[in-house]
Amino acid sequence: MATYSLTTPLTSEDTKQLKAGDTVLLNGTIFTARDAAHSRLVALIEKGEELPFDLEGSIIYFVGPTPPKPGDPIGSAGPTTSYRMDSFSPTMLKNGSKGMIGKGNRNQEVKDACVAYDGIYFGATGGAGALLGKQIRSAEVIAYPELGPEAVRKITVEDFPVTVVNDTKGNDLYQMGREQYEVK
Amino acid sequence: MREIEFDVVVKAVKDMIMHCGTDLPQDTYDALEQAMEDEKSPVSKEVIRQLLENANIAKDEKRPLCQDTGLAVFFVYVGEEVRINGGLLRDAINQGTEQGYTEGYLRASTCEPFSRLNLKDSVGYNLPAIIHFDIVAGDKIDIEYAAKGGGSENVSRARVFPPAAGKDGIVAYVKEVISDAGGNPCPPITVGVGIGGTFEKAVISSKHALFRDLETKNPDPEMAELEARMLVEINNLGIGAMGMGGTKTALAVHIEANPCHIASLPVSVNVQCHSSRHTHITI
Repeated sequence: MATYSLTTPLTSEDTKQLKAGDTVLLNGTIFTARDAAHSRLVALIEKGEELPFDLEGSIIYFVGPTPPKPGDPIGSAGPTTSYRMDSFSPTMLKNGSKGMIGKGNRNQEVKDACVAYDGIYFGATGGAGALLGKQIRSAEVIAYPELGPEAVRKITVEDFPVTVVNDTKGNDLYQMGREQYEVK
Repeated sequence: MREIEFDVVVKAVKDMIMHCGTDLPQDTYDALEQAMEDEKSPVSKEVIRQLLENANIAKDEKRPLCQDTGLAVFFVYVGEEVRINGGLLRDAINQGTEQGYTEGYLRASTCEPFSRLNLKDSVGYNLPAIIHFDIVAGDKIDIEYAAKGGGSENVSRARVFPPAAGKDGIVAYVKEVISDAGGNPCPPITVGVGIGGTFEKAVISSKHALFRDLETKNPDPEMAELEARMLVEINNLGIGAMGMGGTKTALAVHIEANPCHIASLPVSVNVQCHSSRHTHITI
């Protein structure tokens, strides 16, 4: 299992080298969106309307941060459970997004879309919100402020630690890990 | 009749919420340290190491442990010889919740169920709190609080079995629920199992079981044995920390059992994530 340092936007060349289990330190701009924002973004794509940010090479972070304390760019910001975005993620990947950060299992359609469109599903440590929030250098709400914690934010990260869960070859770290330690 | 000022309750609730948001309870911290020592998978070990580091950062810098600071859940035991002066107890708890979540920079996570619009500007910041009241003897008020995150709540389930299902049926069901949940509820988890009563009694018992300190065993030896059996079975699933594969999927299993109808065996499984933020006060 290798360790990589990657800067957004990602290319197919970036994603195709990654294997399930690899550690990646992410740098650059990432966009946040969870349930309600995904529903709106995918509706825009389906209507052929412009999105609030460029999907090409983008990484979407499934997170609803706590409010920032005075002087901080953002509060605690760990991943939310990803399966709730399963119905939206293939559309995001098909339209140029290259990665997602969340926690927990994805369905087969998402795994297939990762293979088809050179996408990666990264896992970040759920519940490590204080630790992960400190790797975010700036944050700005760019769409849907009325959704509160669910608004779309443009964030800048530095050495943001993630693990490759689903790679472009169809591998699944959760499945591999569990098979290794299950006592039947 | 003893009188307690409304504002005293508000302040007590606010303080416990703010403390719980940033300071992982000692029993949870100790259980995670033990899990890191016992875990066989290096990947899961590293995840637990990050969780302990996260807890240290949160405590030292007063940052929320997790961005999901939960819905505020309370079990409140009101002595028969006490009354609140200046308002309703429910209002005091809600007011303390709103102040604690606002002043602690915790997240407002309540929303309208269909429009999904956040209720912070209409009903109140992270309101309403979920409050379970009971009346007890005495002139004190006991308030138990836990921050209950959505990820672990989403995998929880309840079912009414025929009595013939017995202990084996219950163990198999608990195992099935946790197996299906995988890494979603942020393992290593605590599993609350409510058994018996009516349908809703089992569910509330499974929630209340999560408020027990992690190192405390069930006082009933038979139930303590069943808890130990379930813990082994769950850890044999191999899910590991955050679902990465490993030997420590659960930190503890807590059972609360109740008398039930001769026709029924209700069972509820309520899951708490590794960030088991719970505390209690007596006023």
